Amino acid sequence: MSEQVRYRVEHATRSSRIGVGLIAIVLMVLALAPFWGDRQMLRLLAELLTFVALASLWNLLAGYAGLVSVGQQAFVGLGGYLLFAMVILAGVHPIAAIFIAGPIAAAVSIPVAALTFRLRGAYFAIGTWVVAEVFRLLASQVSVLGGGSGVSLPAAAVIAMAPTRQAREFEIYWLALALTVLVLAAIVTLLRSRHGLALTAIRDNEVAAQSNGIDVTRVKLIVYVLTAFGTAMIGALIFLMKLRISPDTAFSVNDWTAFVIFITVIGGIGRIEGPIIGTIIFFFMRQTLSDLGSLYLLIMGAVAIVVMLWAPKGLWGLIAERYGWQALPLQRHLVFDDTAPRSRDKRA
Amino acid sequence: MTEWLNVILQGVLIGGLYAMFAAGLSLIFGVMRLVNIAHGDLIVLAAYVALMVTQTLGLDPLTSLLLVVPAMAIIGYALQRLLLNRTLGDDLLPPLLVTFGLSIIIQNGLLELFTADSRKLQAGAVETMTYQIGTGIWVGLLPFIQFAVAVAVIAALQMLFYRTALGRAFRATSDDQSVAQLMGLDTRHVFAMAMALSLAVVAIAGVFLAVRSNFDPAIGPARLIFGFEAVIIGGLGSMWGTLAGGVILGVSQAIGAQIDPGWQLLAGHIVFLVILAVRPQGLFPKVSG
Repeated sequence: MSEQVRYRVEHATRSSRIGVGLIAIVLMVLALAPFWGDRQMLRLLAELLTFVALASLWNLLAGYAGLVSVGQQAFVGLGGYLLFAMVILAGVHPIAAIFIAGPIAAAVSIPVAALTFRLRGAYFAIGTWVVAEVFRLLASQVSVLGGGSGVSLPAAAVIAMAPTRQAREFEIYWLALALTVLVLAAIVTLLRSRHGLALTAIRDNEVAAQSNGIDVTRVKLIVYVLTAFGTAMIGALIFLMKLRISPDTAFSVNDWTAFVIFITVIGGIGRIEGPIIGTIIFFFMRQTLSDLGSLYLLIMGAVAIVVMLWAPKGLWGLIAERYGWQALPLQRHLVFDDTAPRSRDKRA
Repeated sequence: MTEWLNVILQGVLIGGLYAMFAAGLSLIFGVMRLVNIAHGDLIVLAAYVALMVTQTLGLDPLTSLLLVVPAMAIIGYALQRLLLNRTLGDDLLPPLLVTFGLSIIIQNGLLELFTADSRKLQAGAVETMTYQIGTGIWVGLLPFIQFAVAVAVIAALQMLFYRTALGRAFRATSDDQSVAQLMGLDTRHVFAMAMALSLAVVAIAGVFLAVRSNFDPAIGPARLIFGFEAVIIGGLGSMWGTLAGGVILGVSQAIGAQIDPGWQLLAGHIVFLVILAVRPQGLFPKVSG
């Protein structure tokens, strides 16, 4: 009786140690991008990073918490508009505005959740879309921010960020890298915490999770609010990069939801690595197929359907199941400290 | 005063169109718990099919229904049999994401074929005929026909659901899919029939939409949202509820537009959100969510 089984929970596997090493190298290379890439490369990388962040957040929401939202553009646009409002109306420094936009959007997301959580499953999805439409229509009523035609960021505020154009571009790039790493680190930390275990349980089987004592609605609400927080910060950053905002671009369902869903589904929904792989594939497709115009979107929709039907866990899902890889230490396995097998007579 | 009566009356009549958007959506949700994100784009597809039929055969838009309705029903049957049946199951994501992909495909396919130009179906004299029904109150013939058709469609669906063998099959699969299957129903066929019926209603809605106003490939999602709002306002699973929901939405939009043109859509959304807040089960609920 007195003897206790000693064990600890380990997250890392051999593949995750290799994965973490590789990620560290990639991050180093990305951090040094201003010294090896040209202006166009920096812009592309910054955009890619924001999509990694947006898709990772949507993945957390839909892939783990089962909240399939097609209205995350509400928070992208809200973040963007909050930044423009703070800079134009209150003279806040643009970078400070990004970090203020997050908590405000999180606060806004609570009443939104109170309404949309009344709808289940797919109706929740359309409900979130209605909310995004309401945000778009409200934004076009705000005449100080340009109403329906939008507004540009004042040149003075842009120059205040950094004196030269090059310094500004470096600053924005590093900001995109830092924010994306921050978002990913927050998601990994969340998934490794108790809440993360609850989330993974909800992902795998919601009813079973509930019967094991997880307060499913509360966990979902936490995830929804955190996602709004991160999505709005990324949204603010995106429109700081664009320097111009309008209701139609800020609350675009194509740019901020269709692409993000495509990325996550192709890469692998419900896995942290999925959105990263998916973003790389998406940008590769975009660079090669964008000449095709609307045909390219048509192909994208078809690819998403094919993947959803025949490889529902996406590309990373196929790899992870085939080889048991994980790029980040997220799985839990028990490790017993004394390796000798216990027998009854030893205990007696 | 009469001005406001006119506004409300126009709202009620457009509500019939919204009820038709909603009826098709509600029907397939009721039978197979599928929410079709591409519903609005299918309405627009029907409008383009009608455009092709009227242009190539020189038919009147209302007569073109005789061809557009069966065409859309066949598309619906095939779509369900070949694609959507594969997505049904316990997991919510596949049907949602597949219909989302479908929505993108239809929008961009139409864009590729017909460009982004606005189109409209010309119905001739019937479009401009109006009748005075009171001092200062006028009703257009076309909106009136549209509303009457909407009421007829809903009544027909109601009849079909409760008076026919197919309706019994719909209700049985809706109640318990596996028991229905055990009783010898081929649910794949039943689901495909439900989708065919849904797209037949979509075809009628699409033609009236195309006669009433301009359309282009991008307007589908907004029609989906109107239909969805009418379903939720009316209460899930109730056919007459969708009519009430459509009318409430239409009247809210008409009143909003009368106050400020920028408020037309916003007023509709706000009424929807208020009803979601105070009466989430809708006004005339039949089944719980």
